[in-house]
Amino acid sequence: MFGTIAYLLGSSIRQGIPLLFGATGEILTEKGGHLNLGIPGIMYVGGISGIIGGYLYEHFCANPNPALCILIPLLATIIGSGLMALIFSFLTVTLRANQNVTGLTLTTFGIGIGNFFGASLLSFFGDSGSISLLTIGKWYKAALIPGLDFGFLAYLAVIIAIAVSFYLNRTRAGLNMRAVGENPATADAAGINVTKYQYLSTIIGGIIAGLGGLYWVMDYTGGTWTNNGFGDRGWLAIAIVIFALWKPVLGIFCSFLFGGLYICCILIPGLSSAAKELITMAPYVVTILVLIITSIKNKRENQPPAHLGLNYFREDR
Amino acid sequence: MAVPAIELKEITKTFGSVIANDKVSLSVYRGEILALLGENGSGKTTLMNMISGIYHQDSGKIFIDGEEAVINSPKDAFNYKIGMIHQHFKLVDVFTAAENIVLGIRKTLDLAGTKRKIQEICRKYGFEVNPDQKVYDMTVSQKQTVEIVKVLYRGADILILDEPTAVLTPQETDRLFAVLRNMRNDGKAIVIITHKMHEVEELSDRVAVLRKGQFIGSLKTSETNAQEMTNMMVGHQVSLNIERPDPVDPKPRLVVENLSVVDVDGIKKLDNVSFTANSGEILGIAGISGCGQKELLESIAGLQPVESGNIYFIEDDGSKEQLIGLEPLKIKEMGVALSFVPEDRLGMGLVANMDLVDNMMLRSYTNGKGMFTDRKSPTKLAKHVVDFLEVITPDVFTPVRKLSGGNVQKVLVGREISNAPTVLMTAYATRGLDINSSYTIYEMINMQKERQVAVLYVGEDLDVLLELCDKVLVLCGGKVSGMVDCRNTDKHTVGALMTRLGGVKG
Repeated sequence: MFGTIAYLLGSSIRQGIPLLFGATGEILTEKGGHLNLGIPGIMYVGGISGIIGGYLYEHFCANPNPALCILIPLLATIIGSGLMALIFSFLTVTLRANQNVTGLTLTTFGIGIGNFFGASLLSFFGDSGSISLLTIGKWYKAALIPGLDFGFLAYLAVIIAIAVSFYLNRTRAGLNMRAVGENPATADAAGINVTKYQYLSTIIGGIIAGLGGLYWVMDYTGGTWTNNGFGDRGWLAIAIVIFALWKPVLGIFCSFLFGGLYICCILIPGLSSAAKELITMAPYVVTILVLIITSIKNKRENQPPAHLGLNYFREDR
Repeated sequence: MAVPAIELKEITKTFGSVIANDKVSLSVYRGEILALLGENGSGKTTLMNMISGIYHQDSGKIFIDGEEAVINSPKDAFNYKIGMIHQHFKLVDVFTAAENIVLGIRKTLDLAGTKRKIQEICRKYGFEVNPDQKVYDMTVSQKQTVEIVKVLYRGADILILDEPTAVLTPQETDRLFAVLRNMRNDGKAIVIITHKMHEVEELSDRVAVLRKGQFIGSLKTSETNAQEMTNMMVGHQVSLNIERPDPVDPKPRLVVENLSVVDVDGIKKLDNVSFTANSGEILGIAGISGCGQKELLESIAGLQPVESGNIYFIEDDGSKEQLIGLEPLKIKEMGVALSFVPEDRLGMGLVANMDLVDNMMLRSYTNGKGMFTDRKSPTKLAKHVVDFLEVITPDVFTPVRKLSGGNVQKVLVGREISNAPTVLMTAYATRGLDINSSYTIYEMINMQKERQVAVLYVGEDLDVLLELCDKVLVLCGGKVSGMVDCRNTDKHTVGALMTRLGGVKG
């Protein structure tokens, strides 16, 4: 009995970690006032960037060094997802493009990039077969605390969530960023550099979300890539933002819960395929319920940032 | 003479093809309160926004204490100790007062120390602020206090206030003025933008007048009067008396009986309100903000669910029609035209992104043939409103959000009145409007009165209410506190009725 519960808990957490990265990134972005619906695409790019970085290192280096095995894919992911988020912020902050349209486009684009390189990366170097970076995957999967079957990225996800929470609620820069997300005109009049905070929140948010993709390819799947293998977890991460009421620490528990709901259909034996699909819906149904409940209670602190999704132009009349 | 705290030299600012400020030169000295006057769209707010770093001038120079200053952002303005209290408060709703006050200051977050400093400022000038209160829980006057403390906290000694009294009750205004005088005596330079002449006379030491973006002149307040200032603002002679023709053949038009309204939180907003509005009469409705005026107008317009009571519309032949329970559109179709200028002109009355013609169509979109809309008559109406009310706009196809606040209001009032109603309800029709436009609106309301319309006029300026209306219904906490005849009553009687039920002390 205890074993089953431990197994369930472990699986839920392993499923929840990429969601947590995505949700924390999106919370940071949204607290800065930008609704980045490109997060699912950014997570794909984060994943494939890690794969590309790792593959190149393995391909050109005969004796891979464990530290570089971890650092190179990590750096590649940060650059890849950071660039994606930079595209988003340049379009929406500087050029003031519509955030929804830009985000959705970026998601389509990001998934496309992931699948393109996933299918063709090997052929560029004359290899065949499927991507399988088992050495690197092994280092990523290595248990940080002996006895607990989690790689270092799992711990990092929780640490980042707590750090973002501390940043938003306890530091002056966090206060400024929240002010930008709530009311940029006010922040501007208070002497805050609105553009700087908008860029910072979207880019750092994008990088955090990209790490979720890296966790998925390196740790969860052990260094392999399957096209569309990450599925719709990016959207689930955005749903968690609402479920967690824009609170990163609450996001930790919500991610693990959603992770559990996401895979419980696999763990329950003897389900028909229709029942499996229905159970997969559970996280979304729960999110809708949360939206209904928070809308009825209408507590101001639990609402999205007031300026979410709107662009700001100082001299607009 | 001393070196001016702020000296503007030939400041010019344009928005597209519109010139907001044209070579404006102006000085403000320490230890004085300067009133900046001008009609809507004359460029007062734009000018002040350049001093506070929201906008940047196209040409011209700003000198602070005799030295040239480059103000590119609000932060630069803070460094020159300039603080502006904007007409629309710049506060974050979900933050506390203290969080709003420290926003944007580059130091480590020390809320305890901040609170101490806030208390100090409050003691010095006589404010009351609860640093832990969330802004969304505050009244308008509390929000304004937070704004003022915010700029003082940053050490501002040049203060700019953009229409600070527009939303305050008379008592709150008195308190604000006392604080401003304290600051002036403390050696600060204060600029106040206002449209209310008696406030200018009461508070300011000097006035400066802008007209159509140009600087017209400045005068010592003690050496001028309201008439002269108004003439300078408008550019020609204006009469400051509001006409009040005697009502002709008044007949009951709208009868409200025992009306009670409860809001979503279960709080009683109207309690057993009864009154009659006559055709050809202007019935003023007075009361401090939140006393139920909004709910009263909205229940008559069919926008507010009613708890109990009756609202009857009386036809010319004496037949009664119950309005409660009818759809707003149905009320209109029955020939009962209710025209309504909502308190929040852009939020409820107009669509900011649509042009003047489309906004006119919001009232007439059902008039076209079949599935097509009729665009010709609204275009004509829009042009008429622009000409008649002197709305400043490039053309009638400009989105209303590009118009200045006063011009937006003219469009709204113009549309509502053009509807040829039999009952006209207006709330704060002249809020934020300059003298000239206000008088045009009073004139329009009087024209409606002569057309035998029953006018319900909710206003905040008691002087105007008593000059314009025939009777005034005073509400206090959702109850009828009294009904007075304007021809033989005074401001103090109404003021007393507003704050105490029945006007009796105790």
